[in-house]
Amino acid sequence: MKRRDFIKSSGAMLAGAILPVSIVEVVVADDAPKGSENFTFAFISDSHLQQIKGTKFVRNWDMGLKKAVAECNLMNPKPDFILYGGDLGQLGKAAEIDHGAEILSALHSPMRMMLGEHDYYYDLGEHWSKRFGDKYYSFDHKGVHFIVLNSILTDEEWIHKWKTPEERMSTMAGLDDPNGSPFMVGASQRAWLKNDLSNIAKDTAIVVFSHSPLQKIYKGWNFWTDDAELIQEMLQPFDKVNVIYGHVHQIQYNQIGNISFNSVMSTAWPWPYPSTYKQAKQYLPKMTIEMNRADPFFERDATGWQFIDIHSGRVDLNYQLPNNKNRTIAFNEKSRKPEDTKYKLGDKMPPQKHY
Amino acid sequence: MRRWKETILLMASTLFVHAQPLGLPPVPIPADNPQTNSKIKLGDTLFHDARFSADGKVSCSTCHAKEKAFTDHLPVSKGFSDMQGTRMGTRSAPTVINAAYYTSLFWDGRVPSLEEQSKFPPINPVEGGLHSWDHLVDMLKKDPNYVKAFNEVFKVEKEAISIEHFAKAVASFERTVISGDSKFDRYMYGGEKDALNDAEKRGLKVYLEQGRCVSCHTISQTHAIFTDNQFHNIGVGFKALKGKSEAVASEYIERLKAHEKSVAKDKGEIKNLAADELVLSEKRFSELGRLAISHETDDMAAFKTVTLRNIDKTAPYMHDGSLKTLEDVVTWYNLGGKLKENDSTTAFLDGGIRPLDLSKEQEKDLVVFLKALTSPQFANVKDVK
Repeated sequence: MKRRDFIKSSGAMLAGAILPVSIVEVVVADDAPKGSENFTFAFISDSHLQQIKGTKFVRNWDMGLKKAVAECNLMNPKPDFILYGGDLGQLGKAAEIDHGAEILSALHSPMRMMLGEHDYYYDLGEHWSKRFGDKYYSFDHKGVHFIVLNSILTDEEWIHKWKTPEERMSTMAGLDDPNGSPFMVGASQRAWLKNDLSNIAKDTAIVVFSHSPLQKIYKGWNFWTDDAELIQEMLQPFDKVNVIYGHVHQIQYNQIGNISFNSVMSTAWPWPYPSTYKQAKQYLPKMTIEMNRADPFFERDATGWQFIDIHSGRVDLNYQLPNNKNRTIAFNEKSRKPEDTKYKLGDKMPPQKHY
Repeated sequence: MRRWKETILLMASTLFVHAQPLGLPPVPIPADNPQTNSKIKLGDTLFHDARFSADGKVSCSTCHAKEKAFTDHLPVSKGFSDMQGTRMGTRSAPTVINAAYYTSLFWDGRVPSLEEQSKFPPINPVEGGLHSWDHLVDMLKKDPNYVKAFNEVFKVEKEAISIEHFAKAVASFERTVISGDSKFDRYMYGGEKDALNDAEKRGLKVYLEQGRCVSCHTISQTHAIFTDNQFHNIGVGFKALKGKSEAVASEYIERLKAHEKSVAKDKGEIKNLAADELVLSEKRFSELGRLAISHETDDMAAFKTVTLRNIDKTAPYMHDGSLKTLEDVVTWYNLGGKLKENDSTTAFLDGGIRPLDLSKEQEKDLVVFLKALTSPQFANVKDVK
């Protein structure tokens, strides 16, 4: 059954439903490049699975990923692929990454993997690579060029200054830690990216996945990539560029020049959250900045996953938010930037245009 | 003074006067279906009339019997019988008591009002089994007593009697089936500090704090309806899907499309009537819960939060009647959606269903507290089949 057929037959009754997947009537621009098709993929990210001991893992984080996987499997038609956005584990242990691979194996669609700093700074991504392959790569799908970057690298000196891998990992996992180090894509990967992009026509739609934002938001929490400007510079010449990133555990969207930025939700916990959260023995890292949450007792509060409609080279992010109103951030062809389809900020809060 | 007199007169002549039970807010009355004594009386009669079923033996009160606290004390309800035997539904009959406060009806909230709710069971193929509402309305028109009563209540001639009149009368009656005045209400809202004993008070504390029951079964400063009117997956019934939730959901959507067409042809375009038939006739579809109506993935196997008033008198529990005692129910929540520590649970579980770490004493106190939610008029209900 074609999605469009379903829309016609079921009408308004199903507005907002995602089973079958999306009922968003996609706008096909007249100037859509030949060969570009509309399609949907899913994005699950930041599960932070944490081993307590042996076969015991933090239940809350496990349930978050399992729920996202189970809900994603309900999509009909199936998404073309599912991107995992990084931070599968919490402390980079092989046991965590293997446990995550096991949970993700229940997905019924092809997987693409991206690395997060929590998967990396224990053994510098060795076990992750053994399980999932390349740390950065590109692929083409239905006329769109996809690039998966490893944006969580940092300088070599910092990497090798630690006595133990655990020390390195826990320092990088901390927030507002003066001993941390800013993320970067790095020179060699930038050279690879330059070469990769050199074969791509300027009117080809590009989607870049990065774990950290390829824009500078807040350094203390590494909502930051040090060489973001250099990457943006390489991407600006293309007509339609979409950057989708994890790491921030909240919904963000922004437009810088030709580049649309969208973030994704975490399946584990939202940033920020209150330090007053002390319902039971907890495994949340300590926080310095607080935010009101509806109810931290509700474990899936302010978490979620998303499916993404690609149309005419633009991305619309459909956030699936348990016990919450689902949200859609769609590219507005008129204003030429991503916008929430329901919540309008008006002029009160201008988007970030600088770095 | 004069105005006061007028008010009294007005109430005496047209309105059903009902003392507000302690602990309940005013009953919401739809503007297009005001309460009148004669309408309530008619609704009461209709509610108990077994003629509106294929075998002439099933009325609303069959599954919602007053002497059984307006439920049937069965795990899942029985419908009409014929040569093929007795039809069995897929869900447990929720009590009618205080149903007036729900913002949607049925376990999956497939209708928005008591009026809409009352219309479905008579024509559901496993409940009343009538072919159509026309059939029901014909029976009303053939009964001179009903013709007279409908004329009196709705000022309609015989030929103009419709299923909507039936629905309004039944709903009006159901809006009188409300009950508060429990020990809890006297303690909480009546200023009787000793209405609850120590164990019940400890249970209330568990309810409000570590047990977090109150998150969904709400209590406010002035009243308690014990429901958030939302839908939650609490892990009940998922085993019936045998790990095939995706396949069952997809099959359901396909079947629903086809069934909507045939229902529309047979009975007219009636919202969610096709879903009503599918979920009550096929156990696996029933277990899809709210998803069967909303088609949202987050609603997979989610069911409506039901009231806890008179909960001691409305066993068995949960949408499928799978838990027999309040002790089991409390254990279920305490373990985060299971009866035994090593049982598996569903990936679709609501984020509020998590291990609570209650002690055995706390569990006991909680059960004792739940038993203090019984209203005096249902205190003598015996849980017998």
